[in-house]
Amino acid sequence: MNDIVIYTIITVGAIGLVAAVILFFVAKQFYVEEDPRIDKVEEALPSANCGGCGYPGCRNFAEACVKADSLDELFCPVGGNDVMKEVAEIIGIEAVEKQAQIAVIRCSGSFEYRPRTNNYDGAANCTIATNLYSGDTGCQYGCLGLGECVDACTFDAMYMDEKTGLPVVIQDKCTGCGDCVRACPKDIIELRNKGKKDRRIFVSCINEDKGGIAKKHCSVACIGCSKCFKECNYDAITIKNFLAYIDYNKCVLCRKCVAVCPTDAIHEINFPPRKKKPADTKAAPKEKVKENTDLIDIAKKNQNNNKTES
Amino acid sequence: MLKTFSKGGVHPPENKLSAIQTIEQLALPKTVSIPISQHIGAPATPLVKKNDSVKTGQLIAKSSGFVSANIHSSVSGKVIKIDSVVDSSGYKKQSIIIEVEGDEWLEEIDRTPELKKEINLSSEEIIKKVGESGIVGLGGATFPSQVKLSVPRGMKAEILIINGVECEPYLTSDHRLMLEKADELLIGTQILMKALKVTQAVIGIENNKADAIEHLTNLTKQYQGISVQALKVKYPQGGEKQLIKAITGREVPSGGLPIAVGAVVHNVGTAFAVYEAVQKNKPLFERVVTVTGKSVKKPSNFLVRIGTSVANLIEAAGGLPEDTGKVISGGPMMGRALSTIDTPVTKGTSGILILPEGESRRGKIYDCIRCAKCVSVCPMGLEPYLLMTVTEQQNYERTEHERVMDCIECGSCSYICPSNRPLLDYIRLGKVEVGKIIRTRKA
Repeated sequence: MNDIVIYTIITVGAIGLVAAVILFFVAKQFYVEEDPRIDKVEEALPSANCGGCGYPGCRNFAEACVKADSLDELFCPVGGNDVMKEVAEIIGIEAVEKQAQIAVIRCSGSFEYRPRTNNYDGAANCTIATNLYSGDTGCQYGCLGLGECVDACTFDAMYMDEKTGLPVVIQDKCTGCGDCVRACPKDIIELRNKGKKDRRIFVSCINEDKGGIAKKHCSVACIGCSKCFKECNYDAITIKNFLAYIDYNKCVLCRKCVAVCPTDAIHEINFPPRKKKPADTKAAPKEKVKENTDLIDIAKKNQNNNKTES
Repeated sequence: MLKTFSKGGVHPPENKLSAIQTIEQLALPKTVSIPISQHIGAPATPLVKKNDSVKTGQLIAKSSGFVSANIHSSVSGKVIKIDSVVDSSGYKKQSIIIEVEGDEWLEEIDRTPELKKEINLSSEEIIKKVGESGIVGLGGATFPSQVKLSVPRGMKAEILIINGVECEPYLTSDHRLMLEKADELLIGTQILMKALKVTQAVIGIENNKADAIEHLTNLTKQYQGISVQALKVKYPQGGEKQLIKAITGREVPSGGLPIAVGAVVHNVGTAFAVYEAVQKNKPLFERVVTVTGKSVKKPSNFLVRIGTSVANLIEAAGGLPEDTGKVISGGPMMGRALSTIDTPVTKGTSGILILPEGESRRGKIYDCIRCAKCVSVCPMGLEPYLLMTVTEQQNYERTEHERVMDCIECGSCSYICPSNRPLLDYIRLGKVEVGKIIRTRKA
């Protein structure tokens, strides 16, 4: 009995020893030279593996950083300037400061402002719905409210607001990685500069229909009236296809455009309330949207619901 | 034992409510909106502008490529505007909107009801004429017909199959056409045979249309080379590949076209349109549309000018019922729910189905219970549950490997699933994504 134990230990030990010797030589023979800085850079990165930098994961980004001659094109949106400075130090080249960005939802067509004209009951997935038709409202550009962006968010920085049927970005959690931008089949979400003191101004609409049609389907749509364009002294606003767009690199956050917008399509975020006209009374116009004769007239129902709520 | 295809298939309730209603000419609407993209392929290029006067049958938009189709005015009147209109795809598409004034047809169109049996054109001339007349597959796929008639080099067509299956529940437009326009249909078939240079044509009809089978069988005695094949009732027998399998026993290879096994399939509606185009000089600007549904007052088959609003059709069939839940363009299996009824009838509209609220909603989705019913009913031999799962995981490589592109989108899997899983929704998504990958690989 004891013999078996001893023999087993000796044989297994011997096999182990021989294998160790072989492995030792093989490892030496096939050793892959790797820049030790890759490991260091990877350690400095946030390890979110979100893909926001354009690489599949943090390791791939670290490899790209070490190989690159300059960090102009490389940026980790999650880590931001601090992490990039650290990375630059490890590699020994200069860091490029970039403005922090944040995801912005360019649609305000809530149940209240954008009546539903039909009822979608297919698979709850924005891309599938987009492949089927233009959406459950008259606006074919607006948010479908099925939450693919929320599912795509790696940082739990988004949620669906059940009252409005629109996604909401939690500003403190959003890292600007752009996963939601890529997930949205309607291209509603945009990454914009966070701005000074986190203040931002943007057009919360991407409807390219003519003004009358846009307004008929959604009371807070951009109608392309050009009022903001005329008001802006900094050439920050362009109008294309009946839609205004504010260039965040040119915008100086003067808020003049916000004041003149007739449909309240331009949103200001994190500004102190105005002296004359406090921000919270600036609710969108309560216009009666022309009733559609569509087959499933849940718009009517929604309007009734809203009345009871307010 | 009647012939049918071998793999899978389902038996949804037939509900052919309008089968006894003769085809009725629908009154001319006040305006028509004719989309410039009613077919698979490149949209046509408009030839008219605002305020132009047009006649019925006049070319108003020209085919803009090999896979594209001409569009003709379905009415006479004045072009009000060219604007975007929501069509059955649920998206706004460029359309030519014409205000109707009288009904003045182009002079070269032969409006007499006489049968013209002599085929004077040659094979090439027929194909050209079919292309000029804007004929597309009227079964619903709307693939330009002249492309299907042009047999690729190195291949040879042996048999022409005329699809009179109409396996979609509710729809009866093809059934009525076979009963009322049988002679025209058979001459149309002969024209197609001449174009394809084949000597044999088989009309496939499901056994639930016994009157049509009998009527056509009697008539085919006068027409050489054409025979009628009765088929066992099974959905989706009207699928091109399924019908070829049922009639010839040949299987179209994965990713291949029917011509690979020497077969060409055309719908009965297409054969009728070809007769009118070649013998009567009449381009495709009207078609038979079934308007039906359990709560519809008067289920009917209408001969409708292209561009007429669906709302007009519903009005003519007794109005929109109170309990309407969904209005579907096409049949209940493959049709598309419309987001608005102010949408025009196009070349591909085979029927308008109005489902009551109770029948139209999808059931609650449960987890997959691995019963494999979807696998057993799939007529293409795919594994729908697996395709859905890998698409959900965005593992498109695997989706492609599991032959997602072979899916004919018949919806049998979603129909049979006891857990109400949206199988076809995800498979369609998989097809779109895999299609993108294949295109980038080719580029």
